[in-house]
Amino acid sequence: MYTYKSWFEAIKCLCSTLCSGNVTTQIMAGKVKWVTDIEKSVLINNFEKRGWIQVAENEDWNFYWMSVQTIRNVFSVESGYRLSDDQIVNHFPNHYELTRKDLMVKNIKRYRKELEKEGSPLAEKDENGKYIYLDFVPVTFMLPADYNLFVEEFRKNPSSTWIMKPCGKAQGKGIFLINKLSQIKKWSRDSKTSSFVSQSSKEAYVISLYINNPLLIGGKKFDLRLYVLVSTYRPLRCYMYKLGFCRFCTVKYTPSTSELDNMFVHLTNVAIQKHGDDYNHIHGGKWTVSNLRLYLESTRGKEVTNKLFDEIHWIIVQSLKAVAPVMNNDKHCFECYGYDIIIDDKLKPWLIEVNASPSLTSSTANDRILKYNLINDTLNIAVPNGEIPDCKWNKSPPKEVLGNYEVLYDEEMAQSDGPDRDMRSRSGQTTGIKGNRARDSGKPVLTTWK
Amino acid sequence: MVDPESGLSLTIARIVQRLQGSSLHSQLERQARVSLHKPEIKLESLKEDIKDFLKTSGWEKKLQNAVYSELNVFPSPCHPAAPPEHMKEPLAYMRKAQGSWEKRILKSLNSMCTELSIPLAQKRPVGEQKELLNKWNEMGTDEPDLSLFRPVYAPKDFLEVLMNLRNPNYENGEQPSFRNHLGLIQVPLKVKDIPELKEDFSELGLNIGQLGIDDSAQVPPEFFENEHVRVGQKVLAEQDSAAAQQYVRQGCPTALRADLWALILNISNQPEDILYYEQLKSNVIQHDLLVDSLIYKDVKLTASNDDYYFVFEDYLYQVLLCFSRDTSVLEHFTYSSATPPKSYIRGKLGIEEYAVFYPPNGVIPFHGFSMYVAPLCFLYHEPSKLYQIFREMYVRFFFRLHSISSHPSGIVSLCLLFETLLQTHLPQLFYHLREIGAQPLRISFKWMVRAFSGYLATDQLLLLWDRILGYNSLEILAVLAAAVFAFRAVNLMEVTSLAAAEAVLADLSTLKVMPLLQIFLFATVT
Repeated sequence: MYTYKSWFEAIKCLCSTLCSGNVTTQIMAGKVKWVTDIEKSVLINNFEKRGWIQVAENEDWNFYWMSVQTIRNVFSVESGYRLSDDQIVNHFPNHYELTRKDLMVKNIKRYRKELEKEGSPLAEKDENGKYIYLDFVPVTFMLPADYNLFVEEFRKNPSSTWIMKPCGKAQGKGIFLINKLSQIKKWSRDSKTSSFVSQSSKEAYVISLYINNPLLIGGKKFDLRLYVLVSTYRPLRCYMYKLGFCRFCTVKYTPSTSELDNMFVHLTNVAIQKHGDDYNHIHGGKWTVSNLRLYLESTRGKEVTNKLFDEIHWIIVQSLKAVAPVMNNDKHCFECYGYDIIIDDKLKPWLIEVNASPSLTSSTANDRILKYNLINDTLNIAVPNGEIPDCKWNKSPPKEVLGNYEVLYDEEMAQSDGPDRDMRSRSGQTTGIKGNRARDSGKPVLTTWK
Repeated sequence: MVDPESGLSLTIARIVQRLQGSSLHSQLERQARVSLHKPEIKLESLKEDIKDFLKTSGWEKKLQNAVYSELNVFPSPCHPAAPPEHMKEPLAYMRKAQGSWEKRILKSLNSMCTELSIPLAQKRPVGEQKELLNKWNEMGTDEPDLSLFRPVYAPKDFLEVLMNLRNPNYENGEQPSFRNHLGLIQVPLKVKDIPELKEDFSELGLNIGQLGIDDSAQVPPEFFENEHVRVGQKVLAEQDSAAAQQYVRQGCPTALRADLWALILNISNQPEDILYYEQLKSNVIQHDLLVDSLIYKDVKLTASNDDYYFVFEDYLYQVLLCFSRDTSVLEHFTYSSATPPKSYIRGKLGIEEYAVFYPPNGVIPFHGFSMYVAPLCFLYHEPSKLYQIFREMYVRFFFRLHSISSHPSGIVSLCLLFETLLQTHLPQLFYHLREIGAQPLRISFKWMVRAFSGYLATDQLLLLWDRILGYNSLEILAVLAAAVFAFRAVNLMEVTSLAAAEAVLADLSTLKVMPLLQIFLFATVT
């Protein structure tokens, strides 16, 4: 039976065969026009394989994969840019609420206080005053603004190590570790050498308690990189890429203070590890998350491993919920974040940071395949059927196009699921959530959290 | 032919002799003595009461496990009058071939020694000892100059030797044709056919639940997985080796695997075992062996580049360097066709009083040796336990993969089994590959020698090794190799060169071993 869709498909084919060689804008009307300012093959190959047409920025485009600098311009107040219904971009206008280290912490702290004020059981604290369910970001302060608060905390644990990170930089640039107050004298408000009369965002730092008891595998420290796609913040709909990976440090981890300066020991960013002597270009120091799971299940047991992964899903969802109220939920936007998570030796996951522009550079052959598939699956969800987008669509892709993504949280579905889920039943995050085992993914589908 | 009665008493005598003086023996004695204080032990029925006590306190089970372990490892004695070399290898021509092969290896090692002017062994200066002790947990960061070292041999050198094996009593004047064997191995050993394999591996049948098949995401866990896990937990609670060995034939749940394997291999990681490992470690610190460089080189060439195992590089050094110095490994030479190489103190060549085994454990590593250890790192993160498990796996199974013998789990039999299965059930494929100069064994040999380590994804490899332990046999390696060829038969029929055939079979990392095995054994029309 002829549907409109099949007629339309037939017409498209007909047109392109009739006028091959002399493509007019009318024929192109059916094809998505794309622009990017990131010259990466994993992107471009994906656009080309869909038969999309590359255009320039000042032309009529449907899909723009932009760098974070460009998104700033597009949505800045001065630019007066107006996106039309058939245009989508790969960043939310104020993504920095999540992806800048200081703002992320600020939003999470605000979110926790709000939950506490409304008496939500999520904000429950233990006898030491620590949040039971929402303590997933290491203690963090902004510098120089919170310098005095930081000093107070530091003095409680003078032997602790802290990590200084510039707010606006990525790839491990400008990061260093300190274990003495003298090392950050510059940021003291009273310091005579301070030139921070006005805090330009470039010079702002965050200082976080360094996790000096990371889980080690083979004696090596590692962190997790997970990809999370958000198609809308209100209602929150997010997907997690099943094929995340662990990034191992090439040098043996040692908490010894003499190695504080050796960034190869402490930072797991590939950009840094790549320059170490031992960097290997076959595996790139990367492990799949499924290897991690196999190792943990074999050496620690299935329950604690499931609990760990449940907690990781939980903290990702909570971080998104924390910024959802302040996010500009522009319907032209979607975003694929790179989440960096560290697991400590008690198998507790910690959220270190969220990246708006996860690296699309490939360090190994496996890497290239992974990132190619990541973009492919992302585009399948963000641009349904590969056709010219209409940003008014309901952003609910059918299950078949998810590829290696699985639904992490779907607020709409969760709310339509009746109020019978008792919040307390998810305490300990062990068995409560796993009740509904997804048939096709093998991992718990977490759509029923509220 | 030995009559069963005296065969049994010989076996009992041997086991008693081996267990006497073992730590288990002294522990049992101590327990018996301690039990004398207990009220339920009465003088009139002393013997019975103590026996009951040992039963209820689990000590009898430990003794059973030890006996079971001995039965698994040592072959039954053939005849009281048979010379000890028959326990190593009954066939004279095999013994001879193994002897020549060993001479070749030794010659290669010695010439490398002389070329590089490095002694086989030397004591480390104190400074170096201290340095090594500090670096013990991160020997992977060491960058010794290994460019001049080469592996003593690689699997393909070994294959050449096996191809030239001939039984001098067997005259096969006929030209190779379909009526005889078309493969590379030309010795008349008895290997099983599919009906016999189906019987032996009956637990892999289509009607029986398996991990690796019936635990996939599409199958509700209530059908098989949950119950299987429950049974596994029970087996562990009972601490019964024999039950564990039967259980793992259907696969181990990942969370239980480490303990189940330890139970089957009878490894309990007692304090004296940990002490023994520490002693080996101090041997490594004090003396430098030439084979150490071979081990370094092997790890750097293989495991360090492996997607799954690179993380455990340092553990591999910690295990293999100690392994080389472990003289208890010499025991396995009583039932292995191999003989440990002998070396002489400088200047005393040929004088037996100055002979030592070299390396101390008698095993010279070859290219890929470290891959026997690598998968175990996914299960055991405590070095001394990892070490013991590996050692036991080696003296039970892995040694057969690189020595020439007629044993059904020896590499020669495995090669012949593989070729026979392929020739019998996929004759067209076999003939085609042979015609284009791509003898199948040339491709599958390296898989079998390494027990598929480094070729399969780790979770699949562990499922395969579950069955090696469960059936106490390596034959499954040959069956899997044939099953892989069967699986890729369509593509292989289209290739026209050895290189192209290698390419079709280069990447096994996506294969699921249990379905392949099941289909090949139980669902192929014979």
